[in-house]
Amino acid sequence: MAASGRPKARRIATRALRYLLLTVLAVVVLFPLYMTIVNSLLRPSQIAARPPTFFPTHPVWGSYSDAWNAGHMGRYLVNSAIVTTIITVGQVATAILAGYAFAFLEFPLKRTLFLVFLATLMVPFEITIVTNISTINDLGWFNSYQGLAVPFLATGFGAFLMRQAFLQVPRDLQDAASLDGYGHWRFMSRVAVPLARPAVAALSVFAFLGAWNQYLWPLLVTKDEKYRTVQIGLKQLRATSIDQVNVTFAGVIIAALPLVILLLVFQKQLVRGLTAGAVKG
Amino acid sequence: MTFSGDSGTLGALADLGEADEAEARTPRQRGKRFGRRRRREIGLAYLLILPSLLIFGIFVFYPFFRNFYLGFYKTPPFPGLPTRYVGFDQYSNVLTSQDFVDSLKTTVGFALLTVPAGIILGLLLAVLANQQLRGVGIYRTIFSSTIATSVAVAAVIFGTLFNPVVGLLPWIGIDPKPPILDNPNLALFGVAIITIWQTLGITFILMSSGLQSIPDELHEAAQIDGAGPVRRFWRITLPLLSPTIFFAVVVGSIFAFQTFGQIDILTQGGPIKRTNVLTYFIYKTLRQDSNDGKAAVLAIALFAITFVLTLIQMRVLEKRVHYGR
Repeated sequence: MAASGRPKARRIATRALRYLLLTVLAVVVLFPLYMTIVNSLLRPSQIAARPPTFFPTHPVWGSYSDAWNAGHMGRYLVNSAIVTTIITVGQVATAILAGYAFAFLEFPLKRTLFLVFLATLMVPFEITIVTNISTINDLGWFNSYQGLAVPFLATGFGAFLMRQAFLQVPRDLQDAASLDGYGHWRFMSRVAVPLARPAVAALSVFAFLGAWNQYLWPLLVTKDEKYRTVQIGLKQLRATSIDQVNVTFAGVIIAALPLVILLLVFQKQLVRGLTAGAVKG
Repeated sequence: MTFSGDSGTLGALADLGEADEAEARTPRQRGKRFGRRRRREIGLAYLLILPSLLIFGIFVFYPFFRNFYLGFYKTPPFPGLPTRYVGFDQYSNVLTSQDFVDSLKTTVGFALLTVPAGIILGLLLAVLANQQLRGVGIYRTIFSSTIATSVAVAAVIFGTLFNPVVGLLPWIGIDPKPPILDNPNLALFGVAIITIWQTLGITFILMSSGLQSIPDELHEAAQIDGAGPVRRFWRITLPLLSPTIFFAVVVGSIFAFQTFGQIDILTQGGPIKRTNVLTYFIYKTLRQDSNDGKAAVLAIALFAITFVLTLIQMRVLEKRVHYGR
């Protein structure tokens, strides 16, 4: 390389080096996902063959329909979509309501109740499973959408996020709305929530991601493919298709694809939602 | 909603404190004139909070406090027999048992394997992708891509890559006997690698937004003063990024203590309990042993650890990490 000391040559050299470093790291990060796609298109015998195939010249697509139908991945996806939608909508709704109360209304015990909301952030869900399983059983909700979703319909973090967003709503707007005869409900739906849209979007993506990726709880409260979510379904698929690794790999792609699409569309909201958790306290 | 914003959790509480004082004055002054209106406002406020409170009450606080009660009762060895009150005996027995101590060590070891390495890698990628280069956006997307993978997805992918028959590791010469995930000395390490990869996307995003919040002028000024890139990293980037890094350390540790899916799919706590992290231990005690009393005590221990970590976070962040000496 032209390390002659001439500034321009050196600049080009460092630039090339930077691209090289970035590319090497990108390949390392993407490699597991890439091999998953490749392997999902190979026959099991090809996957075990050495040297390994890094490019499928004759892709076999049957693994996808096997995973989708016989492996129940289609059903699992539907279950995950239903549960995730219920949880996301529920969390956003309860967070908007509670956040509104804490931002705009005065009431006795406000400080204490806000502390109660924040206290829920200190209790990881793992700690509550011993009793929650019996609660769900007593309610007759074992192996049901209610059992999967209802415990997660409220969020202290979301209420906190919405409160902070509502506090940014200018006081003047509130006074103006009040002069126009807006009650609280109308002010909430016409002024406060539209103005807090970025926070709503961030919370939605955050809630969606959390619900979609849940593992421990769905494992505990489901027993068959009728209600099993995609994460647990993937474990099941792996266990039942040991001799068909390509089907397992196709299942992985099916399980990951919805999030890939969602994240490509909502990249900005996602970053905001994730970093919102990093508020300096 | 930014790292350096002044509206954090504690700040919010301070705001509320003022609001409460104001409230203490106003009801009496306003009470007579706006009595009905004020009562309606209070009613509405409770109505708005009620849905959340119901869920929290039933699925967060009730099970949380019931753990302490369950901890006093020993679950019978056979189902159907009554539970027996043993007071604090069960607490001391479980918390001093070899299984618990081992599980705690394993979990701490897991946190030490995943958190520092994950943050260093995420920071490295963030610094590299934060350069002014054409097409760097593509690299950013790639580096954040693992955010689209769940724990289960990552576990199944790597479980197969590590597999001695169909996996690629043996082919490139990494072929320990017994294979990584069945090897008492390597299993935890293997699960850690999977976890680092799976969380790399989120760490990258976190570190990137931390970097972007550092004003360019600081770097420019330092550059004019003759500071090279390495010096600028240690003297400007790292100190200003310390709140973000600290946040990532604490949250990463809390997540490490909740690690479950990878273990359930790949090792089931084994071989010989070498990957029996605390959350998996709770799950197994609950599911396989149906021992609610013991599981409750373990859950309390998990809570205590999370609680201490959260308190540390609040205390330190309150002091602003980069001003602390």
